[in-house]
Formats: sequence, structure tokens, C-alpha cells
Amino acid sequence: MLQETRIVLRNVGKIDPVSIEDYRANGGYEGLKKALSMSNDAVIGEIRTSALRGRGGAGFPTWKKLSISAGVDADQKYIICNADEGEPGTNKDRVVLSGDPNSIFEGMAIAGYAIGATKGFIYLRYEYPYIFPILETALENARRAGCLGKDIFGSGFDFDITVVSGGGAYVCGEETALIASIEGKRGEPRFKPPYPGVEGLYGKPTVVNNVETLANLPCIIEQGGAWFSKIGAPNCTGTKIFTVCGNVTRPGVVEYPMGTNLKEIVETHGGVSDGRGLLGLMLGGQSGNLINPSQMDLQMDIDTCRAANATLGTGTVMLIDDYNEILDIVENIMGFFIEESCGKCTPCREGNIRMHEIIHNINTGNGRLEDLDLLEELAETMKLASLCALGQNSFYPVITSLHNFRDDYLKAIERGQRV
Amino acid sequence: MIHLTIDGLPVAVAEGTTVLQAAQQLGISIPTLCHHPDQAVKANCRICVVENEGQATLIPSCASPVVEGMKIFTHSPKVRKVRRHILELILARHAQDCLHCKRSGSCELQKVSEDMHFVDPPRYPYHPRSNELDDYSSPSIVRTASKCIACGRCEYVCSDIQEVHAIAKTNRGFDVNFGTAYNRSLGDSVCINCGQCVQACPTGALTIRDDTERFWSTIGTGKLIVAQVAPSVRINIAEAIGEDPGTISTGRLVTAMKRIGFDLVFDTNFSADLTIMEEGTELLGRLQNGGTLPMVTSCSPGWIKFCETYYADLLPNLSTCKSPQGMFGALIKTYYADKIGKKPDEIFSVSIMPCTAKKYEATRPELGRDGYQDVDLVITVQELARMIRSAGIDFKNLPESDFDQPFGLGSGAGTIFGVTGGVMEAALRTVYEVVTGQTLENIELEAVRGYEGVKEATIQVGDLPVKVAIAHGLGNARKLMDAVREGKADYHFIEIMACPGGCIGGGGNSIKDWKKMGDRYDAIYREDRRLPVRKSHENKEVQELYKEFLGEPNGHRSHELLHTVYTDRSVLLR
Repeated sequence: MLQETRIVLRNVGKIDPVSIEDYRANGGYEGLKKALSMSNDAVIGEIRTSALRGRGGAGFPTWKKLSISAGVDADQKYIICNADEGEPGTNKDRVVLSGDPNSIFEGMAIAGYAIGATKGFIYLRYEYPYIFPILETALENARRAGCLGKDIFGSGFDFDITVVSGGGAYVCGEETALIASIEGKRGEPRFKPPYPGVEGLYGKPTVVNNVETLANLPCIIEQGGAWFSKIGAPNCTGTKIFTVCGNVTRPGVVEYPMGTNLKEIVETHGGVSDGRGLLGLMLGGQSGNLINPSQMDLQMDIDTCRAANATLGTGTVMLIDDYNEILDIVENIMGFFIEESCGKCTPCREGNIRMHEIIHNINTGNGRLEDLDLLEELAETMKLASLCALGQNSFYPVITSLHNFRDDYLKAIERGQRV
Repeated sequence: MIHLTIDGLPVAVAEGTTVLQAAQQLGISIPTLCHHPDQAVKANCRICVVENEGQATLIPSCASPVVEGMKIFTHSPKVRKVRRHILELILARHAQDCLHCKRSGSCELQKVSEDMHFVDPPRYPYHPRSNELDDYSSPSIVRTASKCIACGRCEYVCSDIQEVHAIAKTNRGFDVNFGTAYNRSLGDSVCINCGQCVQACPTGALTIRDDTERFWSTIGTGKLIVAQVAPSVRINIAEAIGEDPGTISTGRLVTAMKRIGFDLVFDTNFSADLTIMEEGTELLGRLQNGGTLPMVTSCSPGWIKFCETYYADLLPNLSTCKSPQGMFGALIKTYYADKIGKKPDEIFSVSIMPCTAKKYEATRPELGRDGYQDVDLVITVQELARMIRSAGIDFKNLPESDFDQPFGLGSGAGTIFGVTGGVMEAALRTVYEVVTGQTLENIELEAVRGYEGVKEATIQVGDLPVKVAIAHGLGNARKLMDAVREGKADYHFIEIMACPGGCIGGGGNSIKDWKKMGDRYDAIYREDRRLPVRKSHENKEVQELYKEFLGEPNGHRSHELLHTVYTDRSVLLR
């Protein structure tokens, strides 16, 4: 049985989420206070020491993102908290947003201080309307206590936060699409460079970070980067919030050190429920990987997963029981991406629906053996030529299932040919 | 300078150059579709991807700035495979009727397929981009959604350059389309019929409404087919048939039209001169009698609808003069019909125009009387070029002919109506001499020339410093009109042309970019210099017309035939 290591979720379930007193009684805003006594460079240095990497899926070093924007001279800079948690099966940010919003505010203020931003936005997923009032109330309480707003703790540093609702588009989790959405434009990604760190919201340097990344910052500043870097895996420090879901005995949102073994996670949560067998696992969200149970002995950190052709992604572990057919699952997932491709670039707009079409054909007994090569070729085209991460990743369920469950494909094709 | 190699060839280019531009300098051609030389980077079609050594994904060459030490491969096996696959995905969504498409031969998708030697059918079943029926609601533009490749060039020109906002991206993902607000038909939308989207579209998704059949079916009906030819047509027709941009072909054009079956071919330069007499007089009247200022030109029908829609509160600023097409149309079926003893319905009046909006203008109820329209048919340069080709005429080797009388004489001032700043220059040439009674020494007014978006000048006319401004492209017009609306503009006279560059950049011409526009620009001023008469008021035929029929500029008959009224169309914005 694994025990949780709670850093991001330290207060969740223990305090009243909107109460600034509760948060401060548990050491809240001490990290920000300490940061305000340091130089901007020293704050970034501390984050560098911690070796924290972005928790949204890409794993970019957080300090690097901050230092890019810190190095740009501009009259206004922004911090955006990406709370557009659109990945089906992922609920980690929701728990932090609704359970301990102040940890996000504090992290945003620290990031803002580090780069010289006085304004922050939380881009909240459209499907989380009940969190809106929680954030608004918590913000108001934090402002009243002088933890946000003008001249925070008498330091002369101003920082305030606005909550913005998304419009329900999955692609707005991509940072340039998210920025376009806040600006009131169609939620579509744009070509980079320029990167948001240099030219982001309203053309100003903007750091966009995931909820979980930001909620780590207060502890890193307060307890030091060196402390943080000792937790987790060597190149992938700290903890990770996992959403264990699907047909699992004890589903939940839990925080384990980076590098925790997947098999242990599955066992800790009681494996598949109802006495069924485990068909496979979906890792990292819908654009993640479908692996079969024999691949379960896996250290869950960004680099190990990548090397093993798996994804840590958003930390979702979805168990699929053997009452399902892998092709049904894949067809269903591709149906999701047809809906959610913004339609801007050719490979993603046309590729997802063609993949769905081919999978559907195979699944309904109309497949041909050469379809499998076409799927591989199409996946390669999408990966190499799509504009944003959506098209560059959406084919992974197809390709990984094709590799890990090839027999299912071959059987379905054969079944069709026999009829 | 940034140093890089492309396909092993070293090249040094200025910072900020794109990989695509650097490759072009080396004579390496990379296919493009969403890229347009006059537009901002979109990077969405992905056909121009290239390999950048050391980078996991391919990069779009149209959008990627060069970086020191880059090693680019434009036709490696990896690039080739991916690029062909992207093309295959596009082709599997595009209507498969190249043989009878209006853009066959000038279609960029066709050219890219041909250049990439794509000869096998796509491996994917054909799903048209849209099952919408073709939209024929507009008198000017036809929208064929099944030929759209979702490149976004029409939206860019409509929203970012023209700022009309008629066409924008609708739906998402696979269903992405480019259409109007609330899915209205184009004819019921805020579209101002300028046709710049037709110019921007790489395929046949947006085309000029083809009205040529109405001409062919009139031949042999006994009607007298009378044509007027707009100033810029003589500059652009040869290019549309395949000669170099900027080839002037006035005489050959007249010959070709006669051979096709036009009975009489008149010159719209004549009515351009007439416009100057009327508009110049109107301006002087407004200046002397405290009329609404600044006065704004009214030659460009796209601009007129734009003003009626977005600046309806400023309609009193518009000159009441009809456009040269409108004035000519009115004269042909009244004065000229009487002169030759014909009834209006025995004449079929055709305009040859560089402009798609003229098709719309000809349908306006103000441009007609007693139940008939003054202009029966408007043919654009693109359509006339097709007519000349389909009539089997070897345009290049035609002898020259003169325009017919009595409307065959036009001045250089009338000619330069075809370029931005031209109406202003023509008006000033006349107003100066009428007011001061002196000869204008240097009639080439450089201050009002050039392709700058908004130009301003002050011209001393006698005691009065006349402040003028010129805008071309409606995005630029907005800047001027907003200033007028806010009371921040103290101009006397403003010229606005809907199309970037003026009529030589009109939507009815062959497909353009700013490079071609340079040649067209030079040609129109060359033609001005060539003509013996270069001021409108010195046009003998115009003088004759006033003496014989109209009386005086802005007189009773002029008001009846040559002036018009406007309609508040702001309801379209609701």
C-alpha cells in the first residue's frame, strides 16, 4: 500500500477553501512573504534549484519559462493559471481549485513577483461553474486580508487576479488558444514563435502555467528548492497528482512522488472492480497511451514514461476492464478529437476524422490490412506537421493500441473478411 | 545577416526573413496554399513544411524565421512523404470537378498538385468540405463551399484588410467553413461586393459571378449592344489573357470587343471626365455655400455600400454624383437613345469593369428610370478575357481600333480614375484652373500619388489651401471616416476606393498581388502621359455635351441624370 506525499494537496479536505484565516493558519502566504523579501532573480533561482517541471503535460522547466518573461522589458506582464482541465478522466486541478484555491493564488503571486507581473488570470474550465463562486469568494477574502491587491504585505508589490471562464473548448488548454480566448477571439492556437513568454496576452509577456505547477511554488519558496528536489525522481522532482479512474475499486485523486510505480498505484487502489480482468490502461489523458497490463511495471515520471512509449501527461491512470473492446475505446476517443479539433490546421482537422473513419471501418468489419499502414502514416503526418499539441498527440491512442493490441485489430479485420 | 543552409546550399539573409523567403532566394520552390504574399502568416495549411535538422517536428517554412546555423531540407524523403499526405487529405475534401471549374488553369491547389506530381487518387473517400448548395445570392460573388480548403485567406482580406467582416470562420474541426454571420446568404450579408476575397481565394470557392451568357444570348436579338470600358480595363485585360502585367492594350481591346459582337464601344474615361465636372462643381458649391464637408467621392460602389452600412450617419458627406458607370448608363438610354432615334429597351447597355461591385451597383434602383435599368450587364475583366478566348480571338496580334463617337474621348485625368489618388488628382487639375483661371503648371501631383494606405496633402487653390485625404482599401477608409465622425478631420475633400490600389486592384481583374500592382500602377500613369488631353474640363466631347444637352454642371438635367441618393443600410449590422 502506497502512502500519499501531499505537497499540492496539503490543505485539501482540512480547511475551509475560501477561508483566508484557515489557509494562513496552515502556513499560507509565508512562501509569498519570503519571496517578497528576496530578489526576483533569487526567486527564479530557488525554483531552478527545485527543478520543478510543468504539470500540464509537456514538462517544461518552470524556472526557464519564468526567466524568459523576466528578461523581457515590458510595461505590463501577465501570469495565467491554466485551469482549463479539459482532459477527459482528469480531475486533479478541480480538486485543488475547489479545495485550496489560495495555494494557486499564492503561487501566481510568487510567479508574478518573479517576472514583474502585476496581473493574473485564472482561465477556468467552462464545465466547472460551481468553482467560480469558490474562487471569487476566496479571492475577495484574500484581498481583504492584504494577501492580494495593492502593496502586498507592505512590500510595494501589487498583484491581483481575475477569474475568466472558458467557453468549453478542449483546445483552449493550449496556451496560445487560451490567450486568444481570453482576448475574446476564436479559441485557436497560433504559430509560435513568438512564444507567449515574449508576446502573449494582449501582446505582453505572459507566463501560462498549470494549476498544479503554480500550487507547488509556495512550498518550494518556503521550504527551499533543495528540499523539493529530493522528492521524486532525479530528473523529475516533486510529487504528481494522479487521477485514478475507470473501472477501479477505489478511484480517486491522489498525490504520490514522481517515479512511483504504476503497478503499485493500481494495486493500492484495489485494481479492477467487480472481479473483472484488466484489459488495458489509458495513461495521461485521452491523447495519452493505451498500454496493456504486461507493461504496468513502470516508473511514473515524465522521462521514464517517454522512454517506454507511455505518457505521464496529466497523471491520469484509467483502468479498462475486459468487458470492453479496445477498438470501441479507440473509436470513442477519436470521436472526442473530431469534436475538439479547432479545424485550423490540415493534419489535425482532416487527420482525426480519417483516423476515426478507418477505426470505425475496421471495428464494423470493413477494414483492410493496408488500413493499418495508412494509420501509421497518418499518425506520422499528424505528429510531424500539426500546428499544436492537440494534433501532435491525438493519434496516440490509435498508434499505441495498434502496437500494444495489434491482435485485436487483426482479428477485427479478419472477422470482416470472413463475412 | 543570418547564415543557414537549405538543401545543402549556403545562404545569408537578413534577420526576420522566413525560411520560405530564403529558399526562394536560392531558387528553391516550396509549395504554399494558405500563404499569400500580401497577408500575415497563418501557418495552417502545413503544405510548406520543411525539415529543420535537430528538431523533432517539421516546421512551416512560411512562418518560421531563419536562425543562425539552421540546416533546412525542403524535399527530404520525410518532408516529401508528409507533404504529399497533407495534400492527399486536402484533395479528399475538395470538389473533384477541375475540368469545368472557373479557376481551372489559375487554381493554386491544382498547381500545387501538379507541381508535386500527385497523380493517384486519394486513399480516403471523398467528403466535400460542405454540402451547402452554391450561394448565388450575391450579384457579384459566387460562394462554392465544396471547393474551400479552409486556408483562411478570404477571412483575412475581408476582416483584416477590408474590415468588412462579411466572411469569417464558422463551425469547428472537420466542419470548419468560411461563411457569413448567422449563415445568411452572401447577398443578404454585410458583404460590399468588392471581390477582394475572390482575389485572395486560391481555389474556386469564391469566384466572380459569371454573366457572360447574358451577353451571348443578346447577340442576334436586334438590340443595339453598346459598351463602355472603364479606365483600368485597358491596363488589365492583356494581363488577364496572359501578357505581362502593365501591358496597355486600348486599341486591341476595342478591336476584340467589336469582333465579339459589341456594336458600339465607348470609353468610360469620358464619363470620368464628366464626373470631375459635376463633382468638382459640387465641391466648389459646398466650399462656397457652407455645405457638408469633407465631401467624399462616390465612384466606388463597394465603398458606397460600406458607407451606407457602417457609416450611415456620414451619408451627407458623400458626393451626390453617380459613378462614371452610372452617369454613362443614364446618358446612353436618354440623351444618346434620342440622338440615334432608339427607345431605351432597344439598347443593351454593357459595362466592362475591373470591379465586381459594379455588378451590384447596376442593380441599384437609383440607376434606372421608367422601369428599366441604365446598365443591363456588367462584365468584369476576368469575364471579358474568357469571352475573348472563347471567341477564338488571338488578342496578342490584333490590330488597333479607336473608341466610337460621341463618347470615345477621354482625358488623362479620366484615365487615372483607375488608381488610388487618381480621382483626387483629376479633380484638383480641374478645380485649380476653374477657381484661379490660371493654367496648372505641373499637373502631375505627386503628393496624392502612391500606395500608402492613407495619404494627406494640402493644395493651394487661389486663396484657399484645400486639405485633401485619400484612402484605398476599406480598412484604411475606416481610419479616415472614424476621424471624420469624431470631428478630428478638417479635410475639404476625401477620395476613397474600396479596393487596395484602386480600380487596378479591383476584384474583377485577374488574380493579383502587390508585385503585379506595381506594373499596373506604372502603366496607368504612362497612359496618362501619352494622352493629348490630360484635364477633364478640356475634353471637347464633354464640353460639347454640356453645350448641346446638359447646360451647366450641377444644373437641372445633371441632377436628374447624373446625381443620386443613398440608403441607410445599418440595419444589416443587427
